[in-house]
Amino acid sequence: MTNHATADHSILPESVRTEIDALRPRYPTTEALLLPTLHRAQRAAGGWLSPETIVAVADFLELPPAKVAAVVSFYDMFHDHPVGRHRIRLCTNLSCQLRGAEELLEVLGEEFGVGEDEVSADGRCSYVQFECLGSCDTAPMMMVDDEYHENLTPERVRQIVRALD
Amino acid sequence: MAFEKVLTRNVGHPEALGVRGYRDRGGYDALARALRMAPEEVVEEVKRSGLRGRGGAGFPCGMKWSFVPRQHPKPKYIVCNADESEPGTFKDRLLMENDPHQLLEGCVIAGWAVGANTTYIYIRGEYTKAARILEEAVRDAYASGVLGENVLGTGFRHDIHVHRGAGAYICGEETGLLESLEGRLGQPRVKPPFPAVVGAFGCPTVINNVETLCCVTHILQRGADWFKGIGPDERNTGPKLYAISGHVERPGTYEYPLGITFRELLEGCGGMYKGRGLKAYIPGGASAPMLGVNDQEIPLAFDHLARAGSMLGSAAVIVMDETTCVVRATLRLSRFFAHESCGQCTPCREGTNWMAKILTRIESGKGTEADLDLLASVVPNVGGISLCALGDAAQGPVKSLLAKFGDEIRDNLRHGRYPLPRQRFFDPGAAS
Ligand SMILES: Cc1cc2nc3c(=O)[nH]c(=O)nc-3n(C[C@H](O)[C@H](O)[C@H](O)COP(=O)(O)O)c2cc1C
Ligand code: SF4
Ligand code: FES
Repeated sequence: MTNHATADHSILPESVRTEIDALRPRYPTTEALLLPTLHRAQRAAGGWLSPETIVAVADFLELPPAKVAAVVSFYDMFHDHPVGRHRIRLCTNLSCQLRGAEELLEVLGEEFGVGEDEVSADGRCSYVQFECLGSCDTAPMMMVDDEYHENLTPERVRQIVRALD
Repeated sequence: MAFEKVLTRNVGHPEALGVRGYRDRGGYDALARALRMAPEEVVEEVKRSGLRGRGGAGFPCGMKWSFVPRQHPKPKYIVCNADESEPGTFKDRLLMENDPHQLLEGCVIAGWAVGANTTYIYIRGEYTKAARILEEAVRDAYASGVLGENVLGTGFRHDIHVHRGAGAYICGEETGLLESLEGRLGQPRVKPPFPAVVGAFGCPTVINNVETLCCVTHILQRGADWFKGIGPDERNTGPKLYAISGHVERPGTYEYPLGITFRELLEGCGGMYKGRGLKAYIPGGASAPMLGVNDQEIPLAFDHLARAGSMLGSAAVIVMDETTCVVRATLRLSRFFAHESCGQCTPCREGTNWMAKILTRIESGKGTEADLDLLASVVPNVGGISLCALGDAAQGPVKSLLAKFGDEIRDNLRHGRYPLPRQRFFDPGAAS
């Protein structure tokens, strides 16, 4: 193997490397491990993928860094810029829009005092509008980190947001 | 004969999340039955059932399987499309979260039928709960001898891997999905070659939707004749999940015979929200042209909706009441398509943005009747000549907006009524 040994393991932790190595037999190519690796790398790095992390992932999978960067920018769940400690995705697609999502977007703006995709002053949170999250029967809804919050009202949104650490 | 729900039979039975409980409820019988049949017979049974793909395009499932070459030097794959990103659609999530083994069973049957030893379930990245439940079910299935080297003691090998996407609608398009699975941008491929011959990792591949594979399980359990006996005619068969959302009293996923009418579906979910009047409905997800108040008796089936100028798509029914600004609703969908276009084809990349831009102008009150004409001239050029169906899909809502509501919009423009008063969903001051 090439330069694994010299790679900076503080950027792509050993635990991630071990998990990915365990997945290798599942796929006929190394390239197919890219999305699984990026998911784990992003989580380990606090929610976003810095240029250093991208290089570390590229190095680990022996892929060109430019290719990894392109993949990162293609997918909505990967972030190449800093995000808040918590990340809110508010669905504003049609079924949610019909049940008041636009009002909730305003509530989020008021709560955090920043615009979409900006980090709140206390670093606690960033929020974005998102496309349909497959929960239209419980619209309006939002995702906070990995969790769905459904059947929202402005009041519920305020409660949820204020309870975040 | 009364209609018996099968796809959702285990919803509300959490014991079915484990192999043991699933088996107690009759699970994995279909797989055992399939493994006693010759693979060709399984394909034939699915063909005979008339099962058409539940992912959007409605392609006959058995026929798709029969395109996979029997003798081939390379491995073959089953890919389950669990990307479910079509706005309005949430049926596959219900299936995966409540009855993962029903899906795994369908995957292994498909594998046996076409000679594939591996399934990848490509699930959208946001479905973290469903992915966890599937992973758990897969582990259980290995431990119980349902997966692995020796499926149910027959010597057939089958592995299933859950693979998470990362947020991109285009990865639901089957070749965009394959690109993504292989670790690249989800940009659809040039076809032919079709995935049945050159699919995942350059190998013959069957791609099926979650619900399609769940149907397969029941076809093998109860037979093609049972399946064929449900639905309006032999080209539109089987039980179907309808995901209904928007301005209705009880949004949710409902299982009915394929081809119930919109009116029946609406009745089943408690009618319109607060008894308001209907303005429009979308019968098959964001890509399906809108229908109106005069279209409530149309059977929600593949051919019937196509004849009505729309489509069944993913059977995601979005209901809009009389207070809805249809321009605003359509604009939201156009923004979605503009955001999700992968950018490879000029008509789709440029056209989706144009449509969103013009609709923004109209909706905000800055538009004129000339904008409506401009829109009408743009729409026909957005799809048709591109690599995948996203361009066509993006046309759907706008085309129907012009056809069904053109006169109304013109009248509103003439009288300077835009933006229409914003509908408020939450009663101000009401406790929640
Ligand atoms: C833009 C676009 C998005 C799609 N999204 C999905 C999806 O999320 N889930 C799905 O099953 N099929 C989706 N499809 C349809 C797939 O390309 C494919 O037809 C389907 O997975 C085949 O499975 P089936 O025959 O079982 O329906 C999409 C198609 C297009 C053009
Ligand atoms: S039609 Fe649109 S989404 Fe499909 S390949 Fe072309 S640019 Fe990409
Ligand atoms: S439209 Fe919001 S979850 Fe589907």
